[in-house]
Amino acid sequence: MSDIAHDEQLHESTGIETRKLAMWIFLSSEFMFFGALISNYLLFKGRVGYPEPYPSEMFDIPFTSVSSFVLLMSSLTMVLADHAIHRDDQRATRTWIVATALLGMVFLSGQAFEFTEFVLHDPPMTLSTNPAASAFFTLTGFHGMHVLIGVIMLLTLAGTSFRKGRLSTATGLNLESVALYWHFVDIIWIVIFTVVYLIK
Amino acid sequence: MASTAAPASTIFRRPKQTSGWMSWLTTVDHKKIGIMYGYSAFFFFILGGLEALILRLQLAGPNGTVLDANEYNAMFTMHGTTMIFLFVMPVGAAFFNYMMPLMIGARDVAFPRLNALSFWIFIFGGIFLYSSFLFGTTGPPAGGNLPGGATDASWLGSTINGGWFMYQPNAGPRFSTGTVLDFGAIGLQILGLASLISAVNFIATIFNMRAKGMKLLRMPVFVWMTLVVAFLLLFSLPIIAVALFMVTFDRQLGTLFFDTFQGGDAILWQHLFWLFGHPEVYILILPAMGIVSETLPVFSRKPLFGYPAVVFAGAAIGFLGFGVWAHHMFASGITPVAQAAFGLATMTIAVPTGIKIFNWMGTMWMGKIKFTTPMLFSLGFVALFVIGGLSGVTHSIVPADWQQTDTYYIVAHFHYVLFGGAIFGIFAGLYYWFPKLTGRMLSEKLGKLHFWLMFIGMNLTFGPMHWLGLQGMVRRTWKYPEEYNFGTWNMVVTVGAYTIALSILVFMINWVRSKRKGVESGMDPWDARTIEWSIPNPTPEWNFGVNPEVQALDDWWHRKYDENEEGRPVRKAEADATIAQFHDQGVNPPSPIHLPSPSYFPFLAGAAFLAIGYGVVYHTRGWGLPLLAFGVILLLSSMIGWSLEPLEEDHEEVHA
Repeated sequence: MSDIAHDEQLHESTGIETRKLAMWIFLSSEFMFFGALISNYLLFKGRVGYPEPYPSEMFDIPFTSVSSFVLLMSSLTMVLADHAIHRDDQRATRTWIVATALLGMVFLSGQAFEFTEFVLHDPPMTLSTNPAASAFFTLTGFHGMHVLIGVIMLLTLAGTSFRKGRLSTATGLNLESVALYWHFVDIIWIVIFTVVYLIK
Repeated sequence: MASTAAPASTIFRRPKQTSGWMSWLTTVDHKKIGIMYGYSAFFFFILGGLEALILRLQLAGPNGTVLDANEYNAMFTMHGTTMIFLFVMPVGAAFFNYMMPLMIGARDVAFPRLNALSFWIFIFGGIFLYSSFLFGTTGPPAGGNLPGGATDASWLGSTINGGWFMYQPNAGPRFSTGTVLDFGAIGLQILGLASLISAVNFIATIFNMRAKGMKLLRMPVFVWMTLVVAFLLLFSLPIIAVALFMVTFDRQLGTLFFDTFQGGDAILWQHLFWLFGHPEVYILILPAMGIVSETLPVFSRKPLFGYPAVVFAGAAIGFLGFGVWAHHMFASGITPVAQAAFGLATMTIAVPTGIKIFNWMGTMWMGKIKFTTPMLFSLGFVALFVIGGLSGVTHSIVPADWQQTDTYYIVAHFHYVLFGGAIFGIFAGLYYWFPKLTGRMLSEKLGKLHFWLMFIGMNLTFGPMHWLGLQGMVRRTWKYPEEYNFGTWNMVVTVGAYTIALSILVFMINWVRSKRKGVESGMDPWDARTIEWSIPNPTPEWNFGVNPEVQALDDWWHRKYDENEEGRPVRKAEADATIAQFHDQGVNPPSPIHLPSPSYFPFLAGAAFLAIGYGVVYHTRGWGLPLLAFGVILLLSSMIGWSLEPLEEDHEEVHA
């Protein structure tokens, strides 16, 4: 179903629901966005002679591993929400959506804590310590921004779920395209965590 | 017709106006949005043109005194920025919006409200950019003066002056201390978002909303070019978005990406910029290529020669466009290996371009050519684009490029491509499709006057720039001394520029007169080939009375014509009856048609970007942060309101 008032003859030439198709198209653009940000970080992190500290000296890998795990688990709850809506179980759907949003918020708090630690560290690492730090904060900050937008979309969905039948078809925002977006944000985090945090 | 009270559960009642200014503010109809795109783009075309005329006044003779250095920088920056981002791109969007759904047989685009959103973001982005004339400030570079002893005081106000390319670190916080380049970076960011949204929308529309039987290789070439442009936007805009975010952060938050004094990298800016900037060239030219691929067959009375080759060449141009960006950087110190690789890659682009040109010539070959105004503009396009393309190939040869870089030769080259190419193509499209908008024809007499004035003016303006450049006249400089002997040709160039301005005036008179008093066009005035001509003129609100079904490429033509043994078209006996029947179905649809309801939210969400833009520029001032917060809240709440808005309402208008 698309966002136009349709008549019976209107069909979807590809057989993919239009809102889902549009989300796929949009996400292909997001890959370029994060690709550019990750390349920026890789470009600057290898350069020597910058004022200390470099981002790679600051990472607390065990802490970030835990918050990465939390974010990955939110993909699981998202899938459970998707299953519940296919069973037409509105209550379970709402529960899993809220759970996903909560896990996303836990991840965001972890990121806020991490950034605060970096800035309060002695010597501090801020946006203007060196270009590598600029690139690190920009990349992870934009990812956090995407998680935040996802959380807002999830909470809006949870709000709509109180009106019967509204979750999947009748409004512009639907569960399946939000789920696509959410999984995308998770996948990008796996790449960032691996490339930025784990690879020396 | 059928109109019942909205159910109690509806929180947001959607607006209903179908006439008056409120209807334009809230419309989600692709045709109205296309018209608004067209008029606003044309308005910016006039502004950009006036800026060019001021530039030419300054350069008409040696030692010009009309502008000082800073004002000159501001004028050429705004001229370039306006023509690229506020005229050619949005006028392309106007054609995509109005024509593409008609050409694939759809009632609207896939996401009508998103479509309106992208229009309003574009409008507010344009207002934001131009408001830098009022609010922008320039400052002296940290520890230095402006070139030529120029001052900051200016009779033109201070506007963006770093070039549309905003090279770093010149456009960074160290050398541009005022706010004008914040306006530039943030304004382009907003405009880019508008294009990204419509790109997603158009791709979804073309993939999912084609009429029954319209396979991908039965789509008109113009629709194909829309698709290629949308993909180019989709993959290139995120790159410029990242680059512009980096500039904005450098200027506003103290990051060091491009600060070469503290380890930043200025060449990184050029890579990111041209990785967007080169595909952008094809974003500007492909719509025009699509338009002439529609007009040439119609006025040559022959099918497009080698349709699949034209389509695949368009896709290949789009693909290769991403692989050649560094030819803009041959003079910036990239390695010889990179120069050789990008030089070779650049030459390969000439192949699909050549394929297209030979296919257009093949289309005209042995055709019964009718020299109407749209045909003249299409022929002008082909001729001038060939010249621009050939001078383009010379830039792929590295040593030649080193000589031509930053001279008027480059200016000549890209104006042959973008003025002789894109703008001639756009005018061909305006003359060709004017009946679809109004049900009337533009005057052929004035149209031909317009064409010849513009064709002569264009060659007078940009032809001599080739030799001025080869003689060593550098671009981006505000005056030249008398002893260089550039004066004569520069005077010719200036006269040419004013001839173009005169031709545009003729066009405007023609448009205004024909809109009210032009000859009535009837349904199929050009005896055309594609299905947008199978509905009455002007286009009814619901586009197609009956959803069309397509059996072949150029379906509408095949309903009217058969082929004889020699392959010549023979008009079917029942052609007139077919046209009459389609006309009747278009005006009196046999069954009721639902149209999408208007909405307030696209306008509100678009307006939020104005507040966000000013909020970011002035975030260090007292009212900057509150304004930013207001913008973000307005954006969020309109998006949430939008997502809760029911798609179909009971009180929705039904046309019967």
